[in-house]
Amino acid sequence: MAFLRSLARFLYYFLTSGLVRALVGQTIGMLIGYGLVAGIRALMGLEPAREAAWVAGAFLGVFTSLLAAGVLGDWLRWATGRETKLRHGPPPGRPEWTRYLGVDYNHKVIGIQYGVTSILVLLVGGILALIFRIELAAPGMQFLTPDTYNTIFSAHGIIMIASILAGVGAMGNYLVPMMIGASDMAFPRLNAFSFWIGVPSAMLLIAAMFVQGWDTGWVAYPPLSVRGPLGTQLFLLGFYLNGFSSIASAINILVTVLTMRAPGMSLFRMPIFVWGSVAASIIQFTATQTVGLALLMVTMQRLFGLGFFDATYSVAGIPPGDPILYQHLFWFYSHPVVYVFVLPGLGVISELLPVFSRKPLFGYKWIALSSLAIALVGFLVWSHHMFTSGMSEFLRIPFMFSTLLVAVPTGVKFFSWIGTVWGGKLTFPTPMLFVLGAISVFLIGGLSGPILGTVPTDLHLHDSYWIVGHFHATMFGGFVFPFFAAIYYWYPKITGRMYNETLGKLHFWLMVPGFWVMSLGQMRIGLLGMRRRIADYDPALGVDFTQTLITIAALVIGWSILIMLYNLASSLRAAPVAAPNPWNSRSPEWQVPSPMPEFNYDQPFVVVGEPYDYGLADSTYVNMSPAPTGD
Amino acid sequence: MKYARHFAIVAVLVVVGAIGTYLLLDAIYALPPAASEEAVAIDGLFRGHFILISFLFALVLVFILYSVVVFRRRPEDPEDVEGDHFHGHTGLEIAWTIFPLVVVIVFGVWGARLLTDIIRPAEEEMTVQVSGQQWSWRFTYPEHGDFTTDELVLPVGQPVRLELTSLDVLHSFWVPEFRVKQDLVPGQVHELRITPTEEGEYKTRCAEICGTSHAYMISDVRIVSATAFDDWIQESTTSIVELEPAERGQLWAQQFGCTGCHSADGTALAGPTWLGLYNSEIQLASGETVVADEDYIINSILAPNDQIHSGFSPNIMPQNFEELFAAEEEKYDGEVSILDDLVAYILTLSE
Repeated sequence: MAFLRSLARFLYYFLTSGLVRALVGQTIGMLIGYGLVAGIRALMGLEPAREAAWVAGAFLGVFTSLLAAGVLGDWLRWATGRETKLRHGPPPGRPEWTRYLGVDYNHKVIGIQYGVTSILVLLVGGILALIFRIELAAPGMQFLTPDTYNTIFSAHGIIMIASILAGVGAMGNYLVPMMIGASDMAFPRLNAFSFWIGVPSAMLLIAAMFVQGWDTGWVAYPPLSVRGPLGTQLFLLGFYLNGFSSIASAINILVTVLTMRAPGMSLFRMPIFVWGSVAASIIQFTATQTVGLALLMVTMQRLFGLGFFDATYSVAGIPPGDPILYQHLFWFYSHPVVYVFVLPGLGVISELLPVFSRKPLFGYKWIALSSLAIALVGFLVWSHHMFTSGMSEFLRIPFMFSTLLVAVPTGVKFFSWIGTVWGGKLTFPTPMLFVLGAISVFLIGGLSGPILGTVPTDLHLHDSYWIVGHFHATMFGGFVFPFFAAIYYWYPKITGRMYNETLGKLHFWLMVPGFWVMSLGQMRIGLLGMRRRIADYDPALGVDFTQTLITIAALVIGWSILIMLYNLASSLRAAPVAAPNPWNSRSPEWQVPSPMPEFNYDQPFVVVGEPYDYGLADSTYVNMSPAPTGD
Repeated sequence: MKYARHFAIVAVLVVVGAIGTYLLLDAIYALPPAASEEAVAIDGLFRGHFILISFLFALVLVFILYSVVVFRRRPEDPEDVEGDHFHGHTGLEIAWTIFPLVVVIVFGVWGARLLTDIIRPAEEEMTVQVSGQQWSWRFTYPEHGDFTTDELVLPVGQPVRLELTSLDVLHSFWVPEFRVKQDLVPGQVHELRITPTEEGEYKTRCAEICGTSHAYMISDVRIVSATAFDDWIQESTTSIVELEPAERGQLWAQQFGCTGCHSADGTALAGPTWLGLYNSEIQLASGETVVADEDYIINSILAPNDQIHSGFSPNIMPQNFEELFAAEEEKYDGEVSILDDLVAYILTLSE
């Protein structure tokens, strides 16, 4: 009986949570929107126009989802002139865990919501990858059809991007206010909005796979994306709506960092991760709009026949549309966004290396400014994705130089990391292992880049598996490995308990060699002529054995990540209570109890020294209990 | 200097590591054989890149691994031991900003000069028009009476200008042995220059995702001697009128890409098989049943969305065959009817 009663209570709390309300709200909104358009058209005696009805439903569904979850409540009350209090702490009359399933304004709760979402979405994307990796283990079609293959690889791409963006959100939200001594983000309601608009967008992406799928990859180049089935349209909208999340959370991070730092924390005394987060936010804040525009233009071409990208559409001597224009708009965002993924990750590397080397960060200002330099140069290189597209032939040369220029600030980071570990007293718990793994993998990713940057070699490598190897190495080295390092490193801060070190090391020693084999193998078959995005390949290429090896390596990576999840879940209750500052870090968040108090710091701290002065006797970074300033 | 001995060891290890990495790359990173002048030139740049990669890989990894081994905390160290205390070195930072900058400028100039070389028009170029559509290639030789075929045959040593366009979505022309690649864009014509240097059989495979059968958008590419090329074009252009209609039909089916979706052996592809199709009863998506007679087949070629075979999707098949056929028939002064030939060929698959 007691069990049944607690089950019933759990179900009640779950079914009335913000998450369930968001999903129900979205479904109802979609049905209403669909019904409105289909109904009006039926009354006018027109054909049903299924796609237009779906689009109306998708837009309305996002709004009703946010409304039902409760994200818009405070803003609507303000609009009618009522005041609202900023609610903090667990929801009244409900258990603590329910705040993670509902709208909550605490930056740490939102950070964890992002983090859990990121890992769940990573699992979905990873399973999709394993499905087509198994298909590719041998030539010929094993168990997929070409159409399902195309849908699955396309979904893998955009779902992994959604996962990474959520992971970037997790680190930014959880860490930035804590590191700079703020009690929360500058705009807590906007912060909740940024997370919760991701929920209906993710649903649209998943739904797209089931309504006829789509076969354009995540890039959605027209004319293929204009001709593709209904799934293409839902994918375009899911992608588009997720952009609001990026823009809003970037504004939040920028304002928080600029206005809410602790006394004494000048820009060059911030923890270095914050610099990575700021650089990434500048890109998100300013570049996301162009891809949104491009996706909307494709939508309008699909729905209303506006031929922006249709080269055969020309009336009365007016010049026709241009399919290549889309690629410019798309990559103007989608190149810089890879730096949104890696800059926070590289920030984690720079943040953790001094702690485990017991040495100051080598060349702090150079590392900080190299993040901004990468963000800036990142805006000038987009056309290197288009060297074979048919864009102006000689315009490729300036873009070749700007692309190669990215190597300079990236090199500064590598060399400064060497300077940081050189002469230190290194220890190797799991987070440090993942940082070193990240450096090795990002090195592979970085060094396989310039060969793509010079146009003549790119003419061979473009759209081959070399690219696949290159960007997976940059994404894993620049984001996935650092993200896992961050999870292990801050796990005791988040939960107050210590993860299992043996399982952590096992995870590392499976994943790193697995990734090296996968990445180097992908580059090898690319050189030999393996194209990307193909469901089947010619045995004549001589890549069968390497393909099998890559599949095995991918499975090893998959299993190692399951080990991490088991470790994180089982350590949640059973593991020993962590020491308050297990890494002996100088950073302010480790000077207060774990888990972090609701408002972070009971009294504001004062920055009195450099953040990474490890090895300098009698120095501290922050003074946690400054004398009251007699006012 | 405190670290002099360490730096000396690392320097030796970096040299050894760079050579080792280069040998490793050489072993696992093979390029396909080079079969064009462009490929030979581009392979030089590949080699330059691999040398650079080997050096930088060894440089960073040796320093990190050396630190991991030598600068680790030892069991005898006290619990709160700290590393050496230094914050940075402006001279070093400037050096490792300038050094990569010089390297990338060198590679940039190398790349730019090479690019202008391989796109420069040669004298006495031969032009071949390449047209892609889901999921087949067509090659037209304007200097040989607009002869059109589904395989690309080129004489060795002859500079060639490919004029590429697409009839539907983006495609990309790539023969790995030639090293160069160019997208096909609907409504636009782009150029790619190749001078084949090695006789042999290669394949062009579409490198830009173009829908369902993207993986199978493949055509043969043959590089032959100049005389063999002349013989081939002579033979191909004169004989077609003299063939039996059904034989011609089979050639058209390949040339216009029909066989990409319609098999002759019963295999289910994106479209219904032609084996046993003629005069068979067909269930339509609308629920009707029709007999696949000559009228049905012709209508299905010219207006593919009219009568959709149940179990297959509309909008996959191109709807411009009437124009394409007319343009092709003009080359033979109306002596052939492609539609009749195709029907004759499909008929043979039911006999």
